[in-house]
Amino acid sequence: MTVVYEVFRRERAGAAMQHAGSVAAPDARFAEIYAREQYGRRGESEALWLVPRDAVHQVAEFVDEFDLKYRRVDGYSIKERLKEARELAAKKAARSRDAFPAGDHRR
Amino acid sequence: MSERVELLLQLADDELVLGWRNSEWTGIAPFLEEDVAFSSIAQNEIGHARALYELVARELGTDADAVAFDRPPEQYRSAPLVELRRLEWALTIARHWLYETADAVRLEALQASDDAELAGIAAKMAREEAYHRIHADMWLDRLLASDEGRPRLEEALDELWPYALGVLDDELRAEFVRRVEARLGRSQPDVDPVGRDRHEAELAELLDEMTSVRRSAPTGARW
Amino acid sequence: MEHADARTADFLAHVQSGGLVETGDWMPDEYRRRLTKFVEMHANSELMGVLPERDWILRAPTLQRKLALTAKIQDEVGHAQLLYRVVEDLGKPRDACLDDLIEGRSKFHNVFHYPTQSWGDVGVIAWLVDAAAIISQKALLKCSYAPYARIMRKICWEESFHILHGRDVVLTLVTGTQEQRELVQEALDRWWEPLMMFHGNPIPAEEDPMVHWRIKSQANEEARQQFLEGYVPQVLELGLALPDPRLRRRDDGVWAYTEPDWERLLAVVSGHGPASAERLAFRRLSRAEVEWVARTVLAEAA
Repeated sequence: MTVVYEVFRRERAGAAMQHAGSVAAPDARFAEIYAREQYGRRGESEALWLVPRDAVHQVAEFVDEFDLKYRRVDGYSIKERLKEARELAAKKAARSRDAFPAGDHRR
Repeated sequence: MSERVELLLQLADDELVLGWRNSEWTGIAPFLEEDVAFSSIAQNEIGHARALYELVARELGTDADAVAFDRPPEQYRSAPLVELRRLEWALTIARHWLYETADAVRLEALQASDDAELAGIAAKMAREEAYHRIHADMWLDRLLASDEGRPRLEEALDELWPYALGVLDDELRAEFVRRVEARLGRSQPDVDPVGRDRHEAELAELLDEMTSVRRSAPTGARW
Repeated sequence: MEHADARTADFLAHVQSGGLVETGDWMPDEYRRRLTKFVEMHANSELMGVLPERDWILRAPTLQRKLALTAKIQDEVGHAQLLYRVVEDLGKPRDACLDDLIEGRSKFHNVFHYPTQSWGDVGVIAWLVDAAAIISQKALLKCSYAPYARIMRKICWEESFHILHGRDVVLTLVTGTQEQRELVQEALDRWWEPLMMFHGNPIPAEEDPMVHWRIKSQANEEARQQFLEGYVPQVLELGLALPDPRLRRRDDGVWAYTEPDWERLLAVVSGHGPASAERLAFRRLSRAEVEWVARTVLAEAA
């Protein structure tokens, strides 16, 4: 029976290998030719990886039950407090200017 | 015609005609993947033909399309091997492998030529045809390794052998025979080559259809 | 449309809100069935599209046209290959698809049932049939079944040159001799009705099961209007005429046209088009011839 090979391709130097699709072929020798044709005949790939589908180990379930989002960017909402801090700093700067009217407001 | 033009036309006409023979499998090959593979091979061959016709065109003061399409059948220099119409897989693979082997010998000789332009084109062609050989070798191995495929392929190789001998001239033919025998592990029959001095009946038919659209407008019309 | 069980209802909510489905995911039988048939028909169409065009590779009047047409047709076979792969992963092997196709048990797109008669056809098909196809294919980029959507991206990328090639052929002909201009006009006259039928009968989106399951995201009539809006002006600006006296753009921007004979479309698609029998027979012959090849190759790998 034919073997299904997953095909990965690198589009240009420095790019990561990305999954491109699959080819079905009697063996690796045929698969190489067929993958070259399907994913490279227009010079659109720098390199290909062919992996028999059976050899691919899928990992697909990821759990985060207790909301550990402190370790992600979306775990932080600084907008309100930033606004508050800026307003406080502005008020402070304004009070300084009142106390030291002659230009040099740097402390 | 100069000797150079004669040689160029032999190569170019071989590639033009074989380019169509390979395209004939479009839509009907054993696997869709083979449609696609032979189509790439065909495009390479037409590309080679075009580059060679351009050299001829410069020498004759015309353009590549005119050289490719506007000659009468007797002025074509293709080898009978490529002219045969054989929509049968064993014969197709046999012809593919035999032609690519002969062509490799021919291109190696041309790369060593004093004619720098020709040597350059030959080198480019050889680089592309390396992939044709990979494909042909794979099928040769596959058919030879199979109980059902082997007799069919061997019969096909035998049928095409005299034609294959006709691709190259005396000088290069011996090397071609040596390579075939080494690969097949047996000696090949000593038969007369079917040379370029005559054409298969299929050629006139093919050229007629190939030029039918082009001939429907006056020479020089753009397409 | 009501669905019996909660799992199906959840799945439906998932796809209807833009959710995607991958190969190994659970899917309702109805979704799998409709999707498989849809992709199979697409694959069949790409393959059957090859047969009307292939002879013109031989007859191409210049080397450049020969190369371009070879590459275009090669792409179509490649697309069939990719699409049958998707169908195979959904559960129907390619051999079964090809058997059904050859024996006339399955469908392929209307346009590929018609004969090609001239070099004018080559230009018109590459330009306008591919243009019609790309409109559908772009809409399919949003298909809920991700493997199919990803292939649409590759197909759209590859087909971008087909339309240019077709338009280039047409432009060359319309700026050529009188006979060459007539060649295009005559081809256009024949291909206009199949083009008008290309996007299918104007079933409203709400009634289209393909839209319900988010396999399609565009109603047939919307696709057709997009085609007319984009391409009628491009055809007319070349001085070509379109053979529908009722074709016009209304004030509200909607294109009016003579309603195609949808009964005839159904008959054509079910295998009774002018060239269908001949084409299917052609592939039937080649199947018989190469069964031994399949045996040879597959046995060896076991």
